[in-house]
Amino acid sequence: MTTPVKVVVDLSKPKGERESIIPLTEEEIAQREADAAQAAIERAEREAEDQAKADAKASAITKLTALGLSEEEALALVGA
Amino acid sequence: MAYTLIETVTVGSGGAASIEFTSIPQDGVDLLLKLSTRTDRAANTDNIELQVNSNTGSIYTHKRLQGTGSGVFTGSFTGTVAYIINNGNNDTSNTFGNADFLIANYTSSANKSCSSDAVNENNATLAYQDLKAHLIADTNPITSIQLAPDSGTNFLQYSTASLYKIS
Repeated sequence: MTTPVKVVVDLSKPKGERESIIPLTEEEIAQREADAAQAAIERAEREAEDQAKADAKASAITKLTALGLSEEEALALVGA
Repeated sequence: MAYTLIETVTVGSGGAASIEFTSIPQDGVDLLLKLSTRTDRAANTDNIELQVNSNTGSIYTHKRLQGTGSGVFTGSFTGTVAYIINNGNNDTSNTFGNADFLIANYTSSANKSCSSDAVNENNATLAYQDLKAHLIADTNPITSIQLAPDSGTNFLQYSTASLYKIS
């Protein structure tokens, strides 16, 4: 398996000498895997938040129409 | 205000796990990062993770407005990276997501207010557009920026990142 690399651009150097392609160390690879796991958790949280909002909006529309509002009025109230 | 290109980097064959700008000159007012990227995530869309000053703390907060092609969402989040919508490797072949990430007053000793405007390019119903207001709670002047794929492991060849200073 090819060792992953990082591209580092050191802006303190003159143009043309700034870019280095550096293989990741074992520590960096381990950190990357830990970061990926954390990112997966955060992504799941964001998606859960989106779904919860969509569910709450749908529930609000159902309850408002049950109270006698038209669907158009309910949608206007919940900002849909 | 004048825009000055500091540097553009293009990912070579084999891809890159991350892109990092270091020793960012401190003679500008704002920083603008322009991205054209695609990752190896075997799915539609991916995010780019952005960190500054190698700060891995839970200091990155955003509020977002997002269109998916079939719906619209708002949301807020605080975590260890700032997220920017991008292309995954199941999006239309040979297309790259594009994004601007603006960091205001990057040399200041206050927290950093930022904004991003990003598009996931995909010739299908599912194609994200994403506007975010960001807060990066780091009071140090920004001297480095780290970029990495979120779900993917590599930026694909021909992905580019250009850093501008605005002064």
